[in-house]
Amino acid sequence: MVKDGIKKGWDVQQMAQKVAMDIPNGAYVNLGIGIPEMVAGLVPEGREVVYHTENGLLGMGPVPPAGAEDPELINAGKKCVTALPGASYFHHADSFTMIRGRHIDICVLGALQVSETGDLANWSTGEPSAIPAVGGAMDLVAGVKTIYVISKHLTKTGAPKIVKACTYPLTGKGVVDRIYTDLAIIDVTGKGLEVKELAPGVSFEYLQKHTEAKLIPPATQSSN
Amino acid sequence: MIDKIVQSPADAVSGIFDGATIMISGFGEAGSPIELIHALIDHGAKELTVVSNNTGSGHVGLAALIENRRVRKMICSFPRTTNSKVFPELYHKGEIELELVPQGSLAERIRAGGAGIPAFYTPASVNTPLAEGKETRVFNGQTYVMENAIRADFSLVKCRKADRHGNLVYNKTARNFGPIMCMAAETTIVQARETVPLGAIDPEVVVTPGIFVSRIVEVRNPADESKLVAEDRRYPW
Repeated sequence: MVKDGIKKGWDVQQMAQKVAMDIPNGAYVNLGIGIPEMVAGLVPEGREVVYHTENGLLGMGPVPPAGAEDPELINAGKKCVTALPGASYFHHADSFTMIRGRHIDICVLGALQVSETGDLANWSTGEPSAIPAVGGAMDLVAGVKTIYVISKHLTKTGAPKIVKACTYPLTGKGVVDRIYTDLAIIDVTGKGLEVKELAPGVSFEYLQKHTEAKLIPPATQSSN
Repeated sequence: MIDKIVQSPADAVSGIFDGATIMISGFGEAGSPIELIHALIDHGAKELTVVSNNTGSGHVGLAALIENRRVRKMICSFPRTTNSKVFPELYHKGEIELELVPQGSLAERIRAGGAGIPAFYTPASVNTPLAEGKETRVFNGQTYVMENAIRADFSLVKCRKADRHGNLVYNKTARNFGPIMCMAAETTIVQARETVPLGAIDPEVVVTPGIFVSRIVEVRNPADESKLVAEDRRYPW
């Protein structure tokens, strides 16, 4: 974000890097469409992470080289991907058994809004002219053990995305565990939204000014 | 002798009646039985309720079925994609009905339909607009929403390999809704890239056992939907 001509915070790549650092060795991970997809390429060497895509593949690999694409090997965003050694294919009911049955460890999703109690709105702005489309988001937030949101701190028009209560239709209530934005990493806890880390050049006051929900500063947290 | 193999896509879709509920496999283009859908357009059945994850791309396949005004209602999880033009236009005009279902609930409703389970409870969509009007129940302190099973009169499914009993093997992520849709219809119609002699598919790798399949037609070189969309082709040609 640019404020008074000074660039503050992390870029998208750095945000994805922060998420990647928090994915442990051996995790089964589902990545949402868009910015979350970047995370896969940034997991530190030495960690083995298995990526799940809800259209029926565990062990998803990177995008294939040009000319090697297979239209029958795609991810949930309908982009061509690859299958790594050890991968498996399965049908949709099995795929959502993995999700709803709490077999997937981490899901990384984008957001339109997150509330101070971890409610997530990420599928519809509720405008009557928009065609509603939900995909697997509601199943993912209901079933995956840990939900990470990765998102710009503000909307394109400068409105806060971290709000007291979501005004858009919910994807799930009280489902978000941690929020990674360009300005900070914030945990959703029983006490409220605890700031874990501030991006370079970002003060707590600046962060709070651009957040509708009340934040708990890092210093006042009892322990790490 | 059991021989479920028929000679043409037209033979395969015969008997589909007006007002039928039809499941169509595929996640976007992957696994979409485009030749069967085109045969269904030629066949002429209308007032259909279609259960499919998406609503098709461009002016071919499922999008063409909708554009030719054969579909009264769509039951799906994601009715818009980059190249979907037909459904949004009709939806805005109020000329097609939409039942939006979370993708996992859609899959489980289809599975339940095939498994003889009339309804089930899921945590997905609780406290959201998609749970409005649906029964909820608390189990172990957590709220769940009841979802009803879906059964179809016909399923149209694409696979890679089939034998005359209807044992099926799929291809990569084109499997998606195919196996569960085969189980959930009165009549399951399959297009296979290849038909093979009985015994050629190892019983250990059969994905859909033949009991779930009614008719098979071999389509050796199925159309590449994204190519047809890029060329702005329309069906009927």
